[in-house]
Amino acid sequence: MQTKFNVNGNPVATEAPSHTPLLWVLREDLKLTGTKFGCGTGLCGACMVHIDGKRAYSCQTQMSEVAGRSVTTIEGLSPDSSHPLQKAWLAENVPQCGYCQSGQIMSAADLLQRKPIPTRAEIIDHMTTNICRCGTYQRIVRAIERAAREA
Amino acid sequence: MSITVSTARGNALLPEHEMLSGRGALSRRQVMIGAAGLSFAFALLPRTAARAATLAAEAHGPVADRTGKALSPWVSIAPDGTVSIMSPATEMGQGTLTSLPRIIAEELDADWADVRVVPAPPLEKIYGNPGFGGMMYTAGSNAVTSYFTPLRTFGAQVRRVLIDNAARHWDVPVAELATEPGTVVHAKSGRRLTYGEIAGFAALPDKAPEIKPADLKKPSAFRLIGHDVQRVELPTKVNGSATYAIDVQVPGMIYGTVQRAPVEGAAPDAVDDAKAMAVKGVIRVVRLPYGVAVLAETPWAAFEAKEALARTVTWSRSGKAWGFDSDKGLVEFQSAARDLAIKGFDWDKQGDAPAAMDKAASVIDAAYACDYAYHAQMEPLNAIASVSAAGDAAEIWCGTQSQTMAQEAVANVLGIPREKVKLNYYLMGGGFGRRGHRDEEFIIDAVLLAKEAGRPVKVLWQREDDVHNGRFRPLTAHYLRAGLDASGKLVALHHRVAGDRVLPFADPVRYKAAKERDPILMRGVELKSYDIPHQLSEQLYRDTGVRTSPLRGIGFTANKFVIEAFLDEVAQKRGIDPVQFRFELLKDTPRGRAVVEKVAAMADWGRRRDGRELGFAFIDYSGTLVAGIAEVSLHRQSGRIKVHDFWCAIDCGIAVHPDNVAAQTESSIVYGLGLSLSERISIRDGAVQESNFYDYQVPRMDEVPAMHVEIVATDNHPTGVGQMATPLVAPAIAGAVARLTGVRLRHSPFTPERVKQALG
Repeated sequence: MQTKFNVNGNPVATEAPSHTPLLWVLREDLKLTGTKFGCGTGLCGACMVHIDGKRAYSCQTQMSEVAGRSVTTIEGLSPDSSHPLQKAWLAENVPQCGYCQSGQIMSAADLLQRKPIPTRAEIIDHMTTNICRCGTYQRIVRAIERAAREA
Repeated sequence: MSITVSTARGNALLPEHEMLSGRGALSRRQVMIGAAGLSFAFALLPRTAARAATLAAEAHGPVADRTGKALSPWVSIAPDGTVSIMSPATEMGQGTLTSLPRIIAEELDADWADVRVVPAPPLEKIYGNPGFGGMMYTAGSNAVTSYFTPLRTFGAQVRRVLIDNAARHWDVPVAELATEPGTVVHAKSGRRLTYGEIAGFAALPDKAPEIKPADLKKPSAFRLIGHDVQRVELPTKVNGSATYAIDVQVPGMIYGTVQRAPVEGAAPDAVDDAKAMAVKGVIRVVRLPYGVAVLAETPWAAFEAKEALARTVTWSRSGKAWGFDSDKGLVEFQSAARDLAIKGFDWDKQGDAPAAMDKAASVIDAAYACDYAYHAQMEPLNAIASVSAAGDAAEIWCGTQSQTMAQEAVANVLGIPREKVKLNYYLMGGGFGRRGHRDEEFIIDAVLLAKEAGRPVKVLWQREDDVHNGRFRPLTAHYLRAGLDASGKLVALHHRVAGDRVLPFADPVRYKAAKERDPILMRGVELKSYDIPHQLSEQLYRDTGVRTSPLRGIGFTANKFVIEAFLDEVAQKRGIDPVQFRFELLKDTPRGRAVVEKVAAMADWGRRRDGRELGFAFIDYSGTLVAGIAEVSLHRQSGRIKVHDFWCAIDCGIAVHPDNVAAQTESSIVYGLGLSLSERISIRDGAVQESNFYDYQVPRMDEVPAMHVEIVATDNHPTGVGQMATPLVAPAIAGAVARLTGVRLRHSPFTPERVKQALG
C-alpha cells in the first residue's frame, strides 16, 4: 500500500510495508542519509527527525503513522546550514565522529522551538534522549546556549 | 637521497620505460609537472620504498595506470594555487584528517585556505604509518606522533623546490628568497610568485633537496601547528552530508544481515528458514561458516527475517568459549593472580622486586578486577561488497581503521591478489579500536554474501548484533604488592595480571611480530615515570575463547586503574597526601610534576568540599603525561556515584591542534566515565548477555561532569591525545570514594550494586 507524506516540504510516496520504520524509508528509499541508524530501539536518538514540527524517533515511527504528515530531517532544517544551531555547532567545534550529531541538532531544534531560551537544566533534561559516544555533551550544551543567545 | 623526476605536459605522459628507467637508485619521490601542476610523491620508508611505491601504484588500478599518470602524490599544486594534500589516517572523529595535512602545510608554508585535503589511497609504501611498521592503520593515538617528522620534512622539501624554481626564474640567489603563505617573495625587488604560478612553469631537480632537522621551522615560527582551525569535514557533520559507509548505496545492491553464532568458532547446525523466507522482500537465506544470513530487498525485510530465523537456528558446540561464565571465570583469574606459586610471564621488570619485597620493612597488598567492556561506536558495523562473477576481483565500501587490513582480509578470504581488491573508505561513526581487527569480519560478511548473491550486498549489523558479537576490553584480575623501606619509601612494586588475551585474537599477525607479547592487555603496567627502583609485572595468560579487542585506552584502562588506586592506598597507609606522594615518585620526571602541579592548582586540591571529595590520578601514556582530579559525591542508599567536576592537565608535547587536544581529552574523560561507572559485558555459557543501550549503559548528558582541560605546552615531539585521559577516570573516582567513605572500590565498573555491596 502506498504511503504519502511530506519530507522537507516535498510530497513523497513509498510502497514500503506500513509497519516499516520511517528511518529506513528516509535513508534507503529517499536517500536522506543524514538521519542515522544507531540502536533501532529509540534509545540513542541518532534517528531523530521532526514530525509535524515535534521531534520523533524515526526508528520507532512506522509508515502507517506518517501518512499525510510532514517530516523534517536534518537536510531540511535549513537549506544552507544557516540554522542558528548549525552555526553554533560549528562555532563550538562540537562534532567528533559526527554520527549522532544530526539527531542531536534535531533534538535541540525541537527544544528551542518550544523554549527559545532554555536553562542549562532544561537543556540537559531534554537532550538526555541522545547519546554521543564521543562525549561531546559539554560542547553541545555550549552550542545550544550560543544558538539561543544568537538566534 | 636521490630522486627520479618524470615530467608530463598535460596528459602526455612519459612512456612507462622512462618512468621506471634506471637513474641509479630509484626515487623516494616522484615529481610530476605539467598543465595539471606539480605533484610530489614521497615514500615514508627508506631504501627501495620508492620503487615499491611505483610498483604498488601500478598494481592498484584505481590509483595509477601503467604510465604512472595517476601516481599518488602527497602534495599536488595546481596552477590555480590549489594545494591538494593527502591524509593517510582514517577519520573516526579524532581529527587527523585535518591535523596531518596541516603538518605538511606548515613547512610548505601553504596558505591553509588553498589546501584541499584528500584521503590517501591504500598504498603503504607511500602512506604507511611508521608507527605500525608501514601498515596503513589508525590506532594507538599515534598518527600525529609517527607522521610528524616525515610530513614536516616533505613539506619543507616541496617548499624548497618551489623556491629553487623561483630563484632560477628571477635569476636571483636562493638566499634572497623567502615564503609567505602560498607565495615566494623576493623582498629586494618586491617581486612575488604564487605557488600556483610556479607550478605552471617549474622545472624539476634531479635530486630532492636535502632538509636537515635544523632547516625545519622553530616551533615559535609555526603559523598552523599550535593554532586552532575548524576541522575540514566539520561543515558536513552539521547538515547530514557527511558520508559514512552505512550511507553508501551502489547500483544493483541488496541488503544482508547475519545471525552469527553466539560463540566464536561455532557453526550453524539446524536451520529452519521457512518463516524467514515468508517475509516479503526476502531473497535468500544463506548458510555461512559462522552464521546464517538473510538477503533481502530492503533492510527492514532483512531484519524481520533474521529475527524469525534466529529462533530456529541451533549451533554446533565447536568453539572454545562454550561453558564460560565471566563471573565464575573472574574468580579463577583472581585466585591465580593471588597465588604467587603460579609463575607468570615477566612482562616488564627492573631491579629485583621479589628480593626487594623480602627485605622490605613493610608490604601492602591488594586485589582488583575489571570487567569486559564494549566499544559502542555509534555507527553499527556495516560494509558493502561486490565480487566479480569469476570471483577474481572485488570492490568494497566500508569504514575501517586500517586500509591495509581491509584489503588484505578480503584478498585472503577470496584467495585473490590484493591489488584485485578495490577499497573505498569513508568517515567512521566511531572506531575506538573496533574497526581495526586483522580479519575485519564485518567486511567479510559482505564479501561472502556478495559472492553468493552475484550482486553487491550491503551488510548491516543491528545494534544487538554489534553487542552480541562485540569484541571486548578483556576481563582482568590484578594482584599487587608494594614494598616500603623503613623510611616509608616505595622501593618495590609487584603487579600480577591474569587477563583474557587480546592481540592473539584481534591480530595474530601483529602478535607474532610482537614476539607473542600482548601489549593490548599489558600496556600501562610499566611505571617509567615513577621512582620505584624494583618493579615486576607478570602476565598470567588466559584464553577463554571470548572475543576481545583493543578498546580506547587499551590495557591502560585496567592497569592504570589498579596501579593508581593502589598507590592511593599506599599513600593513605603512609598517611601522606596522594598528590605529595606523586611529587615524590615523579622526582626525576619534571614534565610529570608539571601536569600534577597544574591539575592540583586547577582543582584547588587542598580545599575541602562539603559532602564531596576529590580523587587524583597520574598517567604517562606513550609519551603523553596526564593528570586528573575528580570531584565526587555518593548517594549511599542507591550506591550511585556522581562526578561533578573533572580537571585534567595534559602535556602531549607540541599540541598540533590545541582545541582538538581539548576535545579529545573531554571525549576520553566521558569514555572513561562509562567504563568506570556502568559499562560491563557479562558472559554466560560463552554468550554475551547484554543487547542494546538499555542494558549496556553509556554516559548520557545528565551524567557527565563539568570538564576542565588545560594543555601544558612544551616543545617536545608531539604525542598522542585520543585516549590518554580515559584511564584517569576510574582511579580518580575510586580515590574520591575512598576519602568519602573509607571504602576502596576494587572492581570496575563501580555499578550502584557493587558500591552498595562494598559499603556493606
